[in-house]
Amino acid sequence: MWDFLSQILQSLQLHHYNTRVVVSGVTVFGATAGVIGAFMLLRKRSLTGDALSHATLPGVCLAFMLSVQLGGTGKSLPVLLSGAMISGLSGLGVMLFLRHWTRLREDSILGIVLSVFFGLGVVLQGMAVNMKQGQAAGLSSFIYGRTASMLAADAWLIVVGALVASLICALLFKELTLLCFDQDFAGAQGWPVLFLDSLLMFLVAVVTVIGLQAVGLVLVVAMLITPAAAARFWTDRLAWMVWGSALIGAASGLVGALASAMVPRLPAGAVIVLIASAMFAISLVFGAKRGLIVRLLQRRHLHTSTSSQHILRALFELREHGDEAVPLESLVQKRSWTPRAVRHALARAVRAGYVRQAGDLWCLTEAGGVQAHRVVRNHRLWEIYLVSHADVATSRVDREADRIEHVLGEVMVARLEKKLGNELDGQRMPPSPHVINGHHP
Amino acid sequence: MNGAEVANSATRKGSEHPDAPLAIHDLTVAYHRRPVLWDVDLVLPKGKLIGIVGPNGAGKSTLIKAVLDLTPRASGRVQFYGKSYREQRHRVGYVPQRESVDWDFPVTVQDVVTMGRYRQIGWFRRVSKAHRQAAYTALERVGMADFADRQISQLSGGQQQRVFLARALAQEAEIYFMDEPFAGVDASTEKAIVTILQGLRASGSTVLVVHHDLQTVPQYFDHVVMLNMRVVAHGPTEEVFTEENLVKTYGGRLTLFDEAVRAVTQHRAKK
Amino acid sequence: MIAEFANSWTAHDTWIITTGALAAVACSLLGCFLVLRKQSMMGDAISHAVLPGLAIAFIVTESRGSVVMFIGAAVVGVLTAVFTETVHRIGKVEQNASMGVVFTTLFALGLLLIENAAHHVDLDPGCVLYGALELVKLNSVSVLGMDIPQAALNCGAVTLLNALFVFVCFKELRIATFDPDLATTLGINAMALHYGLMTLVAVTVVACFEAVGSIMVIAMLVVPAATAQLWTKQLGTMLAVAVSLGCGCAVLGHLGAILLPRLVNQPATNTQGMMAVMSGVFLAVAVLLAPQQGIVSRIVRRITLSQRIAAEDILGMLYRLESPVTQGTIVTLPDMSSILRASGGVGSTGFRLALRKLTRDGKIVRAGAGCGLTDAGRAAAADIIRSHRLWEVYLSHHLGVPLHELHFAAEQLEHVTTPAMQQELANSATDSEARDPHGREIPKGR
Repeated sequence: MWDFLSQILQSLQLHHYNTRVVVSGVTVFGATAGVIGAFMLLRKRSLTGDALSHATLPGVCLAFMLSVQLGGTGKSLPVLLSGAMISGLSGLGVMLFLRHWTRLREDSILGIVLSVFFGLGVVLQGMAVNMKQGQAAGLSSFIYGRTASMLAADAWLIVVGALVASLICALLFKELTLLCFDQDFAGAQGWPVLFLDSLLMFLVAVVTVIGLQAVGLVLVVAMLITPAAAARFWTDRLAWMVWGSALIGAASGLVGALASAMVPRLPAGAVIVLIASAMFAISLVFGAKRGLIVRLLQRRHLHTSTSSQHILRALFELREHGDEAVPLESLVQKRSWTPRAVRHALARAVRAGYVRQAGDLWCLTEAGGVQAHRVVRNHRLWEIYLVSHADVATSRVDREADRIEHVLGEVMVARLEKKLGNELDGQRMPPSPHVINGHHP
Repeated sequence: MNGAEVANSATRKGSEHPDAPLAIHDLTVAYHRRPVLWDVDLVLPKGKLIGIVGPNGAGKSTLIKAVLDLTPRASGRVQFYGKSYREQRHRVGYVPQRESVDWDFPVTVQDVVTMGRYRQIGWFRRVSKAHRQAAYTALERVGMADFADRQISQLSGGQQQRVFLARALAQEAEIYFMDEPFAGVDASTEKAIVTILQGLRASGSTVLVVHHDLQTVPQYFDHVVMLNMRVVAHGPTEEVFTEENLVKTYGGRLTLFDEAVRAVTQHRAKK
Repeated sequence: MIAEFANSWTAHDTWIITTGALAAVACSLLGCFLVLRKQSMMGDAISHAVLPGLAIAFIVTESRGSVVMFIGAAVVGVLTAVFTETVHRIGKVEQNASMGVVFTTLFALGLLLIENAAHHVDLDPGCVLYGALELVKLNSVSVLGMDIPQAALNCGAVTLLNALFVFVCFKELRIATFDPDLATTLGINAMALHYGLMTLVAVTVVACFEAVGSIMVIAMLVVPAATAQLWTKQLGTMLAVAVSLGCGCAVLGHLGAILLPRLVNQPATNTQGMMAVMSGVFLAVAVLLAPQQGIVSRIVRRITLSQRIAAEDILGMLYRLESPVTQGTIVTLPDMSSILRASGGVGSTGFRLALRKLTRDGKIVRAGAGCGLTDAGRAAAADIIRSHRLWEVYLSHHLGVPLHELHFAAEQLEHVTTPAMQQELANSATDSEARDPHGREIPKGR
């Protein structure tokens, strides 16, 4: 037990040179994949990485066979990775060719490149295994990654590839953003869209190749999609999304590699991907901008604030016609809502101190009167604006104003007042431009 | 007389229009060997508001895209002020269809409008304060300055259209192409856009607008291009925008002609 | 070498091809719908994602090929589709990205499970990716006195199942694929069809993976269908072509796996991989040679047409330069080529080739430095001019094309005018017009 703990401690302090190499290599890879993946996600080309990564296999096998033929052991990583790069780029070429020359759809093209190239890889691998010299067994580890056997030189390779890819992204941040957001506009402005597109795909190929060692070719695609998709839940700014995606990618790499080093029988590639997926799930639920909870709360908040405003307005309008305190039924009749909803809204308004209950009757408190005055005034300003400036029919104006007023904030009301300033003065309550439920204004 | 017929085809090629903001000769465009535009010839006057009208699928958007080199042309020549588009890009502004982009994209209104300055900024360079200011000024012109820091997914349809317009204004061009800027916008935005377009015309710019609402054509545009795969008519609105031409434009296609044109474009599609 | 090859052929090889072909047919049947519905990558996603299902069932039952394993994998396969849709909807994540997140997560989970279960069962992820078609004969069952490999039975069963599904739901599938909105209004449950299809894909993947591996499954789900799509637009034909291509891949794949490595003095390689490669070869052939969309056929068509247009332009020009009095005018070649070039016509090579063809067909005669029309040539030319001027009438009357633009328009239309079209043009010309809008005479029809 004590041994185990000290082992963990050692790993965490990165005492082992080997662990240090692996952890830093995988972390750098995760960050880079996050950066490139963010652009691919926004370009709606997430699965391109899947096809490209599968397309690297024949190159790896061919490079192995060639180097064995030339008297090497076939173990040299730079050689194998150059093979992977070349065949990944051929896959990219085939994709562009098919896209230009045939009417096949994007998804079919991806499926074709993925399966045919991988099939070719399997064939070549079958032949490589049969070669007398060399140890082809290592080849299959590219499919699932072989993180543990990473050497310092390999880690440096990852770092160099990552630096190149990140540098290009940083330099072309603005151009790539434009490409992803509005390709037509970019083309009309004279940016070379095809070149930028190919460059982005080239960067995907680079990430794929440096990821072969870390997570293997099947799971590389996860690192290109998952961190970016997770980061999207947290922010609405592209720059932050790219940073967040890099962070999530790096964290997955770091934690995954450490966990794999500490606990036996945890294949690093799988663990890294599962951690990224866990972060995705957490982001999906808790994400600050688009997470499930935030969105549910927003919807709920909008709903409750809408119904409180409705109840205040109903009471105010009834008071305008002399009914200081009203029974539940007359409130229910004001709008198409259920008695239950009215009771809920009333209860909330009572808690907020806006409404007072007297027996079976309900009326506005002083604070409620002020608040209701503001609400009704906003509503009527909108109605007048819509009728006079937006040509909305008077019969529909109530509903239209309803929809808008709850969504837009104080700024808009201020603008509205400025705009209608000549027509209305100060805090005066404008008359409603339409008939209010049977009463005439 | 037969010699004249032979010579006829020769003279047709020669004319140049160095002053016209846009001159199109023999433009043909085909998608998957189906003709979308056939033999379009247009010379547009300077400093006018020009509407392009025609039924759905008449090739209105395609005309703009082909002119801006966004769609491959089967044949034809396009000149801006007597030169190719490549040389005159800085004088051209573009407002694509609102639906052509993903409004969920993580950028702010200010970011989108700044994109109009990217060409001036150039490769690799960061967006400077001056360019930001220019974008902000464009936003003010369309009445969206208060929204500069909003994320674009929070905008209504009319606001999105104003943002796109602001982006084109930020390009500071002399000829603008707008693909359905009035589609799905509220009445006040439509009025605001028309006012801006009139301002552009007053400053000598030429504006080409793909338009759907026939009722407002005489009110908005000085010049109109009536398109249905080919140019049915073009010229000053009061002369050209007639019942007769509308029937020709919207009256459906002639099968015989269609069949022949399809055969021709099959030949020319990839030349 | 052939004799040696024939001698080494055994029943085993036949079974490999049969099993491969059955798997390929099962996949390509469903593949047509995946490709048409733009869901090609769903096959990829599901075939990766079934791994944890297999692993769990494996750990529970400690054996391969059990019914539990089958069900486990199929359930996970369907869950992939469900999760993808869920993440897409509730997370507002783009469809492809959500598919990517879901299937890689499941695959990683599968790898983890297998790694941990490996000490008491022998299952390695490789067998999911590659299958073990070479070992197909090891596990046989006796049916009606015949030793039939279990894998062939499995593949045969899903082939039947898929064929039945396609046969029974053909109409619904077709409508839901081409016009989902119409399908909904007709009361067809597009959702049920979608998940039905996904279930079958999952079942097919599981049934086939042991024999042929997931890579070949992905290839067979996408490539034959995409290839068939290049050859035909009819759904029925497309299915037939895809199925035949699938069988072709199985046969050629196995032969290729045995024979191709011999070229470099190597023993046979992996059949499943070679099947995927062969499907790629078929696709490449289709991209080049497909009758309508093939690159070569497009080029050939274009060259033939340009040739014909060049020839017709020469005939038309000679005809126009003649007058009834000066029939048989000889025009010099440089004059001809400069007139043609001025009207934006053919280049010099095309011009020379067209001249040679016209001379050979007896439409023109060479005389000294020039040439003139023969009687046959004059008749052909009159026909072209007739089309040309009829078009001018038509364009002027029906489309209001202005006078100065008529010639250029008609110049292009005349070359694609069939006799039927010419007749129709003549019919549409009012009051027996004998002259075109320029006032020139329209030659009589033949």
